[in-house]
Amino acid sequence: METSLATRARPNSRIKFIMGGALIIAAVVYLIVSSTQASAQYFLTIDELKTKGASMRGQDVRISGAVMGDTIQYDSQSLTLKFTIANIPGDNNQITAQGGLATVLHAAVIDPTRTHLQVVYKGVKPDLLKNEAQAIVTGKVGEDGSFYASELLLKCPTKYQDALPAQASKK
Amino acid sequence: MVAEFGYGVLLITFVLALYGIGASFFGVVRRKNGWVDSARLAMLLTWPLVTLSALSIIFLLVTNHYEVNFVYQVTSNSMPFYLKVTALWGGQAGSLVFWSWLMSSFASAVMLRKWERDREFLPWVIVVALTTLAFFLALALFFENPFIRIWQGPTGNQMTAMFQPAGTLPVISPDGHGLNPLLRHPGMIIHPPMLYLGFVSFVIPFAFAIAALVTGRTDDRWIRLTRRWTIVAWVFLSVGLVLGMRWAYDVLGWGGYWGWDPVEIAALMPWLTGTAFLHSVMIQEKRGLFKRWNLILIILTYALVIYGTFLTRSGVLSSVHAFAQSSIGPAFFGFIGFTFVSSVALLLYRWNDLRSDGEMVSLLSRESFFLLNNLLFLAIFIVCFWGVNFPLISELITGQKVTVGPPFYTRATGPLFGGLLLLMGIAPLSAWGRSTLKTLGKAIWKPALASLVILVAVLAAGIRLWPAILGFWLASLVGFVTLYEYARAVWARHRAMDEALPVAFWNLAGRNRRRYGGYIIHLGVVLMALGVIGINLFQTETQGTVKQGQALQLDGYSIKYVSLAQFDTADGKNVARAVLDVSKNGQFLTELYPRRDYYYESQQPMTIPGLRSTLEDDIYVILVDWQPISANGATFKVYHNPLVNWMWIGALTFILGSFVAAWPDRDPAVEKVNESAIVPASSQA
Repeated sequence: METSLATRARPNSRIKFIMGGALIIAAVVYLIVSSTQASAQYFLTIDELKTKGASMRGQDVRISGAVMGDTIQYDSQSLTLKFTIANIPGDNNQITAQGGLATVLHAAVIDPTRTHLQVVYKGVKPDLLKNEAQAIVTGKVGEDGSFYASELLLKCPTKYQDALPAQASKK
Repeated sequence: MVAEFGYGVLLITFVLALYGIGASFFGVVRRKNGWVDSARLAMLLTWPLVTLSALSIIFLLVTNHYEVNFVYQVTSNSMPFYLKVTALWGGQAGSLVFWSWLMSSFASAVMLRKWERDREFLPWVIVVALTTLAFFLALALFFENPFIRIWQGPTGNQMTAMFQPAGTLPVISPDGHGLNPLLRHPGMIIHPPMLYLGFVSFVIPFAFAIAALVTGRTDDRWIRLTRRWTIVAWVFLSVGLVLGMRWAYDVLGWGGYWGWDPVEIAALMPWLTGTAFLHSVMIQEKRGLFKRWNLILIILTYALVIYGTFLTRSGVLSSVHAFAQSSIGPAFFGFIGFTFVSSVALLLYRWNDLRSDGEMVSLLSRESFFLLNNLLFLAIFIVCFWGVNFPLISELITGQKVTVGPPFYTRATGPLFGGLLLLMGIAPLSAWGRSTLKTLGKAIWKPALASLVILVAVLAAGIRLWPAILGFWLASLVGFVTLYEYARAVWARHRAMDEALPVAFWNLAGRNRRRYGGYIIHLGVVLMALGVIGINLFQTETQGTVKQGQALQLDGYSIKYVSLAQFDTADGKNVARAVLDVSKNGQFLTELYPRRDYYYESQQPMTIPGLRSTLEDDIYVILVDWQPISANGATFKVYHNPLVNWMWIGALTFILGSFVAAWPDRDPAVEKVNESAIVPASSQA
């Protein structure tokens, strides 16, 4: 009696398990896909941003560049931070070929022919913001051509060989 | 001299490790016990050797041998003694040696205990442990050598090399770069070793799993033998993660503790698969199910541990786009690929022997909830993996690099974490084998009713944010279920054994430590959930420039700027320190001192928030800027973080529970292992 019940229950319960599993997988896929769509940002170099031009206006993008120390201005009344970043290559192999990140950042800052981008950010001035740091900014290009960042991430590879957890400032 | 010594010792250890792998392999295949014993001695000998090598580095660090490149990079004259010692793990080269040392210590501990009992597995454990050790030693020897020195050639050009190149002189700098000030925090001193302890201890269960696969002992013996290693590994990993969060909260000054930074995620991923493993091994022990699944999980965890060690130290991924690739990248990926492919090949070879002993029959049974728990943990892992690697994936497919930020992770993992919380409420009430809605409902209605009271209270308090309402309700449900389960068991013991309630409570935890330790861990998670809800959904902030005597207002708090002083300290920094008065509804509460330290030597400022922490909420103030004449004004950013303290209280509870779970058990499982050891291993190849 007991065994016959179990065998009868088996195909039925297997279907239940398969249905349940499929449901969970579908939910996870949905979560990943929809969240990706909602928060995906193009990661561009300054050169790429300038070539794309108008098509990128109003869209959230992520830009990486070398911080030019002389251009850093901070107005603590309005907590408005302005600085200019210079183009660095986006490809890892290219950076390695050019002698590593520190060298690339240094070269970018002293080379006047690089394309530049003015960044405007509202918030606390991060401790790591200084000359020849790598800035990764997320935001939109404004009407005036400046880049309005909502998130600012900095890395200073020159002094320390080990990676610091990113000091992210969020608005 | 010391540098050459340390390097030489490291080289000898490497050769010894290779010998050990070969001897163990040869001995077990040819059934020559002498070779296996010799391999064991080689394994044990690596420990004093790696220790000597690590001590050489520490000696160089504390005696300021700046001609050694690693010492020059991570220490400086002004650093106190304890920081110089801990600078061992302040850079990549040193941490590789530190990792090797931990690996050697743990593997030796396994070799020393119960050698006779586990004789059948141990030769293979030696092979796996020594292979891992040899890999890390090779990295330290050939790629990231901590003993490398700086030399100056005849033309004034500087170079780094292990041994003096012809015609050069050593460069002895008067002072070193010094550790990044942001890393000079107590949390940061213990955080990396804790993570590493967790990472390395997971190698042990993995080694036993591989041994089980090779020898064909596909029952749950390897799981029983490594049960405590797994819990201990998991505790260390959890402590490491929590310390990292606390460090971010105290030092980084952006008002939170978790930013979904790729490096954080790299440390979280093995924790996720490890947690899934920790749960699913219980089903194999109780019901003989999920044998393949457990092996997949431990293989995955091992790969993620190696991957995590690599990422947390090299910074490759945090900047897939623009960070210099570390020279050890290809070696790491090669090793992960090699170990992963060979483990999976072994698993496939034994695939048919790993059939489940039973079958799941009921959707509402304990094992089916465990399965669901595993799926959710794995789903969170997949979300993390997808997010971290999305730039690579998108570039492969579309040629355009696209990244996802923190909103992606919060959005995708939020419901999954919620699901886990719900499971924590239901699963402990279900029965092994088969439960029905009726039995489950009977068990859950009392705690569920109590949690509805909380739900009403939350609504009455005027909270209308549905994720918060849902979160609070789920947290209270799990809390009540857990307490109820505990109380019921204590009561039953009190009645049946005629024990006083406190005695019953104590004996209960002693009888089934993993279960009741697990419940304490669940309670810890509930408390942590309160903190997460508080900071994610109710955090508020304000910022502004105020003159002396003026105040900023936030959520009923008034933060008044009293004064600011700027001064130099003896250890080479300039400190700007503000004094603030915090009051609420006109009632003075406390003074706060947000600071900005500027390190002259590394030209690095460091922002230290002023913090008032209570069970209800935190007031977190950052000194942003100030006028040269401080009476004119200073700028502050203020965060109000409700409930965030429960995060840390929860974490402590969690850790306490893990200790209860990891404590040596008086339960019959141990004896069972001893018995099964007597059975001759017939399937040994």
